[in-house]
Amino acid sequence: MNMDLSRRSFMKLAGAGVAATSLCAMGFSEAEAAEVAHVRAFKLATTTETRQTCPYCSVACGIIIYSKGDVRKGDHAEVVHIEGDVDHPTNRGTLCPKGAALKDFVKSPTRLLYPMHRKPGADTFERMSWDEALDRIARLMKDDRDANLLLKNEKGLDVNRWTTTGMLAASATSNETAWATFKFAKSIGIVGFDNQARV
Amino acid sequence: MTNAWTDIKNTDLVVVMGGNAAEAHPCGFKWVTEAKAHRGAKLIVVDPRYTRTASVSDFYAPIRQGSDIAFLNGVMKYCIDNGRVQWEYMKAFTNASYIVKDGFGYKDGLFTGYDEEKRDYDRSTWDYVIGEDGFAVTDPTLEHPRCVWNLLKEHLAPYTPELVEQVCGTPKDKFLKVAEMISECSTPTKTMTSMYALGWTQHSKGSQNIRAMAMLQLILGNIGVRGGGMNALRGHSNIQGLTDLGLMSHLLTGYLTMPSEKDTDFETYMSTRQFKPLRPGQTSYWQNYKKFMVSFQKAMWGDAATVENGWAFNYLPKLDVPAYDVLRMFELMNNGKVNGYLCQGFNPILAFPNRAKITSSLSKLKFMVTMDPLETETSRFWENHGDFNDVDTASIKTEVFQLPTTCFAEEDGSLTNSGRWLQWHWQASSPPGEAKHDSWIIAQIFLRMRELYRKEGGAFPDPILNLSWDYEDENEPTAEELAKEINGRALSDVMDPTDPTKVLVASGKQVVNFSQLKDDGSTMCGCWVYSGCWNEVGNNMGRRDNHDPDDTGAYLGWTFAWPLNRRTLYNRASADINGKAWDPTRKIIEWDGAKWTGYDVPDIAPTAKPQDVGPFIMNQEGVSRLFARGMMRDGPFPAHMEPFESPVENVFNRKMRGNPVARVFASDAAQLGTSAEFPYAATSYRLTEHFHYWTKHNRVNSALQPEFFVEISEELAKEKNIEQGGWVRVWSKRGSVKAKAVVTKRIRPLICDGKPVHIVGIPLHWGFTGSAKKGFGPNSLAAFVGDANIETPESKAFLVNIEPSTAPKDKEVNV
Repeated sequence: MNMDLSRRSFMKLAGAGVAATSLCAMGFSEAEAAEVAHVRAFKLATTTETRQTCPYCSVACGIIIYSKGDVRKGDHAEVVHIEGDVDHPTNRGTLCPKGAALKDFVKSPTRLLYPMHRKPGADTFERMSWDEALDRIARLMKDDRDANLLLKNEKGLDVNRWTTTGMLAASATSNETAWATFKFAKSIGIVGFDNQARV
Repeated sequence: MTNAWTDIKNTDLVVVMGGNAAEAHPCGFKWVTEAKAHRGAKLIVVDPRYTRTASVSDFYAPIRQGSDIAFLNGVMKYCIDNGRVQWEYMKAFTNASYIVKDGFGYKDGLFTGYDEEKRDYDRSTWDYVIGEDGFAVTDPTLEHPRCVWNLLKEHLAPYTPELVEQVCGTPKDKFLKVAEMISECSTPTKTMTSMYALGWTQHSKGSQNIRAMAMLQLILGNIGVRGGGMNALRGHSNIQGLTDLGLMSHLLTGYLTMPSEKDTDFETYMSTRQFKPLRPGQTSYWQNYKKFMVSFQKAMWGDAATVENGWAFNYLPKLDVPAYDVLRMFELMNNGKVNGYLCQGFNPILAFPNRAKITSSLSKLKFMVTMDPLETETSRFWENHGDFNDVDTASIKTEVFQLPTTCFAEEDGSLTNSGRWLQWHWQASSPPGEAKHDSWIIAQIFLRMRELYRKEGGAFPDPILNLSWDYEDENEPTAEELAKEINGRALSDVMDPTDPTKVLVASGKQVVNFSQLKDDGSTMCGCWVYSGCWNEVGNNMGRRDNHDPDDTGAYLGWTFAWPLNRRTLYNRASADINGKAWDPTRKIIEWDGAKWTGYDVPDIAPTAKPQDVGPFIMNQEGVSRLFARGMMRDGPFPAHMEPFESPVENVFNRKMRGNPVARVFASDAAQLGTSAEFPYAATSYRLTEHFHYWTKHNRVNSALQPEFFVEISEELAKEKNIEQGGWVRVWSKRGSVKAKAVVTKRIRPLICDGKPVHIVGIPLHWGFTGSAKKGFGPNSLAAFVGDANIETPESKAFLVNIEPSTAPKDKEVNV
């Protein structure tokens, strides 16, 4: 969390204050107080708030994600609500029809859950373990690089160019992921390397 | 963007041309609304369609897609002819006064030096006269017949309002109204902003479209000022970031460039990149190239990069062509010359032109790896979906790995928006199933390959074995560790150049920004333009102070903008030659007699005297370029060129097709259609309810826009007997799609070169996966040809035919 006093804890404090004062002032009986205690708490009051950025267009609107559970405490966390961040200078809390439906992206029925593998000529994907998939990918890449890396051009100059395997990077990944991806692709000699900025 | 989204409120005139911000960038467009409501700013939209941006404009003018240069050259001519020029700015801050070599000229749609066989220019005459002192010769009086200003006037002479109408289909009176409104922004106290997007880039002369507007903005004195600028709205959330970080075939990080085969060693590489000033006293900031390059090599290869081995220069692959861009890679793939392909968060069978060619290319791969949070058409390109993906599955021998990744909500990190703000975000939720961070997946493939090289040896393992991979858990570098590498740190004590006894940066400490980088191997930095993002102060990308003193729209305390937290590029140009703001009500920085101060980080050395040092510090000239020398392949001035598939001939040269120097592969040339066969001019675009091919996986967005359609005019519908809501078939020389017809008044036929031109609008959001109905997209039809300078495909202008049809059929499933 990046706020000293989150809006959630502020609401909790304020809410508790209001409840205590009202109960005293209106002289509720014990039974009535018990009844009030059953009223369901404001849903977002039990969530973790996280400052985030809308992943769609490059306006980069600020958003707040409300989750059940706190990943920073090691909890399993699920998104329950996403809204615009009123503190953000650009969008000032507003979201467009895409941003307003962001939770549907996170929770899409077509989110991928497991590594899948399609054998040559097959008409279906089959599940594969991460280890098996990654070992096989590394093997295929190394074999292709060893067979096809062009070490020198006709003038004898080191060119270290690998053209038979290419890569597209994603312009929706973070700068940090992009830097890791850059290091990987350029160091192994991939020259057919682009991202969506090309198209 | 040269400016920020929040700066748009400072403008007097917004020109949206080559974009549709109200629908594609809605929450950024609010700043246009703000400027209109609170400043009385006006909005002009020039577009083939009456878009939702047009619906809230003060003036709308139609234009045929692919004819923007003729329009913009026409506006420039209008401004010059009518004396609507910011004279002082133009004279002081552009190369208008520079003398051009004899021999340079333009005739019949071509510049000097054209070689038809090579499809290239000999650009040797496209340059300045250099004096005996080694500096460019200038004539500040602008009287010399060979000065840039006079050559520009000559170049623009044919672009009369009548020619604009003939080429663009924009009625003369509408063009003149737009030109008049724009020309008013030539006064120092009135500014215009240009907001554009892929409507300008996706053309075989996309770079020149943008250049034409940039020149117009310079003539009007609108670059570097509040409410002005060239504002590329851009597409994806981090498309700016991936460009800055150089995830492209021809780039390294921070706009350092990949070496070519001409760069035989590090010294040779450097010899063409340390640009000497072309005028006395100019900054020419790329003189620091070596500091950034050596620090980059140290970030990549650490101790293995030494002065003795030329900083491991031979570890970098060297290019034999300008770039292995995506069009070249798919051409190679289709010719059986590519075996493996990794697609990280990318859906090429919908995103690249000529889908049949893309599918055929992927079918020839030995293996393909996709990494996505969602299903994509690409990862299932081998799956038969009837008309929607009519492939013979059994004959496709490509082995496919579909790897599930996390999405934004499940990771920490920064994204760079189009205003160059690097904004940090924090993980909010747990990944579903076995989905993993992209950085983990990349690390795993890398570590496994490195292990194989350690065990088995193999082809040139050095750059792999020596790649700096110094993370607490090498299996998963954290966002914080990677961000700190991007920022850079001292590898040994860096001494203060003004006092060699003083340590400026102690070994192991983060550099404060790129001004502390060295070319002796004592510093490392992943991406110099980002340096300052995470220094010893901490994570500046996570800053959240949203104060804005005097409401300038700068927000200096909000996150971090590159370079150096600067919010408006070229902001030195917001002040006149003596350092006083052109418009006192819109001051950014001013010269106080000793230094530059104001609301933004000065885009000039803080003590550079205003009369001596020009504002365009990255250029060798210190000024901006109305004449681009030989830096653009297709001309130092923008010239009208037709799309490769155009409904009309080029009026300057009726035999010339498309951009005369754009690369066209033979098999693609054979697949270009003519207007006789394909009479209608098609274009592609986004809808406000969808984002590319992602939101069709969201139920809400799929409900809002469930089904693929094409838009046509009432006139074309009548001519072709097409009913509102009826099925149509649209086809080009390369493919065929079926869609519902939306017959609309938003698109009208234009009269170009004496004949009616009908426009077919094709939105791009459908495929065969997700929650929306199955459909197609424009790239099934678009031509496989790119921009002459950067190879961005010409997806915004191609030819089609259309007829009434029946519904497409999905694959029959036996239950």
